[in-house]
Amino acid sequence: MKYVDEYRDRKMAEKLAAEIRRTVTKPWAIMEVCGGQTHSIVKYGIDYLLPTEVELVHGPGCPVCVTPLQMIDRAHAIARQPHVIFCSFGDMLRVPGSTGDLFQVKAAGADVRIVYSPLDCLKIAAANPSKQVVFFAIGFETTAPANAMAVWQARQQGIRNFSVLVSHVLVPPAIAGILDSPDNRVQAFLGPGHVCAVMGYREYEPIAARYSTPIVITGFEPLDLLEGTLMAVRQLEQRRAEVENQYGRAVNPDGNTDAQRMIRRVFEVCDRGWRGIGLIPLSGYRLNDEFGDYDAERVFDLAPINSPEPSACISGQVLKGLKKPHDCPAFGKECTPQSPFGATMVSAEGACAAYYNYGRHLVALSSPAGRS
Amino acid sequence: MSASFTLSCPLPVTQHRTIVLGHGSGGRLTAQLVRELFLPAFDNPALRKLDDQAVLEIAPGRIALTTDSYVVTPLFFPGGDIGRLAVNGTVNDLAMSGARPLSLTAAFIIEEGLPLEDLQRVVQSMSQAAAEAGVAIVTGDTKVVNRGCADKLFVTTAGIGLVPDGVSISASNAQAGDAVIVSGPIGDHGITIWSCREGIDFASGLKSDTAPLHALVAAMISAGGADVHVLRDPTRGGLGTSLCEIAVSSAAGIELEAQAVPVRDEVKAACEILGMDPLFVANEGWLVAMVAERSAAAVLAAMREVPEGREACRIGRVVSDHAGMVLVKTEVGGSRILDVPFAEQLPRIC
Repeated sequence: MKYVDEYRDRKMAEKLAAEIRRTVTKPWAIMEVCGGQTHSIVKYGIDYLLPTEVELVHGPGCPVCVTPLQMIDRAHAIARQPHVIFCSFGDMLRVPGSTGDLFQVKAAGADVRIVYSPLDCLKIAAANPSKQVVFFAIGFETTAPANAMAVWQARQQGIRNFSVLVSHVLVPPAIAGILDSPDNRVQAFLGPGHVCAVMGYREYEPIAARYSTPIVITGFEPLDLLEGTLMAVRQLEQRRAEVENQYGRAVNPDGNTDAQRMIRRVFEVCDRGWRGIGLIPLSGYRLNDEFGDYDAERVFDLAPINSPEPSACISGQVLKGLKKPHDCPAFGKECTPQSPFGATMVSAEGACAAYYNYGRHLVALSSPAGRS
Repeated sequence: MSASFTLSCPLPVTQHRTIVLGHGSGGRLTAQLVRELFLPAFDNPALRKLDDQAVLEIAPGRIALTTDSYVVTPLFFPGGDIGRLAVNGTVNDLAMSGARPLSLTAAFIIEEGLPLEDLQRVVQSMSQAAAEAGVAIVTGDTKVVNRGCADKLFVTTAGIGLVPDGVSISASNAQAGDAVIVSGPIGDHGITIWSCREGIDFASGLKSDTAPLHALVAAMISAGGADVHVLRDPTRGGLGTSLCEIAVSSAAGIELEAQAVPVRDEVKAACEILGMDPLFVANEGWLVAMVAERSAAAVLAAMREVPEGREACRIGRVVSDHAGMVLVKTEVGGSRILDVPFAEQLPRIC
């Protein structure tokens, strides 16, 4: 398949891995920020190709995982109401709230639908004027433009029976949060390729400088990840701390300015809770006042919902790169994708689920290239 | 219900444009449906008697018996329909034991309001599929349920087949050293259904792969005999699930070469967009086989002579290491362990 196969070429992969081996002289911990990157690393066994010195640490970039439990519970409370059609991206349906997931809410009679684009919800709203159509608007900066566009178009088209439950999160504050953490051990980042395709990478430059930490904006195919890792290792070995762009075929320094304009039109930055991590100041989007009528939390007068996270879960430490999924005694035993304890097991892109889905729970991890 | 006094609609079946509850009443309307729709389509001596059971003459030997229910939305899709699936699926379940399929049963649960024309199309298609597979549909049943109590049409088929002497094929028979062979590119059926259902057109000529596999199996057995150890048609859970099940049943390890697994570009592209894995997408017309290495080349050659096996290829081997586990050698030279997803795959957000 053109534009994909060339980034999965075995010879090139071996070449890059050999170059990383040649370059590295001491142990480094490099965090890939995105869930999609984690998924690729585990799916293609990329960590097995790396020398023992290079440790890939799986970051907090899975939007499904980090959506706070209490937001999920709010979603369920809205979905359960009569006359509601609740729409969501597919993998959000299996994320458990305090009592079950959206599949169970659906089985109990709610009208819950998977959509592939938030704009599909407008068609559903137009076709069901007596229903309130609610879209669960989650994700990083990547999904924000389309979600903003749906709200903006709803207003343009005069659609009144549509609202969004917003739980958007932003990458740069999360990276800064990880670096600020007193027990941080991440020394470089593979930056979020698709987020930067929208936002550009200028906002990462002050972070790299302030924390003396290399950030390499990286794609999602095996060769992207190997090349991004090589670029990060080179910076670390040469004691540089810059923002570099491995993903030039999708990312330019300023990003997609039209998309950014749409985001600014509809959203404003706010504090946001992250499942497994807690509150990070100025780390999310919410609808601005101009579009407040489309905010599902205003449309539905919900009783206050406070949902504490299960205490046995170490997902916060996994999201910050302090622990690996299999460091958790519950991993693959009490905690599985079927009955997840926390953030990182709930979505296929979460580090724990990625480990689980690719069978890492089945082996006493003799582990990537002999690493413990 | 008494035959002498029935409160049924006097209109002949052909004058109904939709299925009504009366078509499942057991009364005259049911009888009309059987006489005018099912009997002409499936006609054979056993069915013609219209007894409550079919009585069959079968040569002595080992009988394979299987049953399966078919539910699919939409009922009609590129490459097939629920009727064709129901015949081919059961024929294939029989064939995977090496059996020659003989006879099928067919039971229909119909939602009130189904256009009669749709039922006619499904029945015609079953009739054709049965003829192509060389099996007779010898007995059946019809029920009609209230609107909303079923999704248009559910079909259950059961089948029997005769297992030839000396053939012993089972998912527990994989042996270290066996070649793993797949009969064609995976995922066409699942992606076709998915794209029809969700109204997302990948602008491709992709169609369901539904096909009867008994002829392919016969060719394999005639080329490989008892060296054909395992046959499976990887339906719902896809190739990945079948391989995992075989590894567990046989307490053997399987090494899969990701690069060797045939997947059409359209299927690959759809899976890339949705974040799904073709290894876990449904198929309805392919099989995976474990064949002793000494016969693998001959079996592969024989498969390629049959239309359903034209694109057959080797995708891996059975090993004595990591018993019960499937290890994938990835495209870039890494490795991972394949595990069965706990439910259907869901499109990923990004």
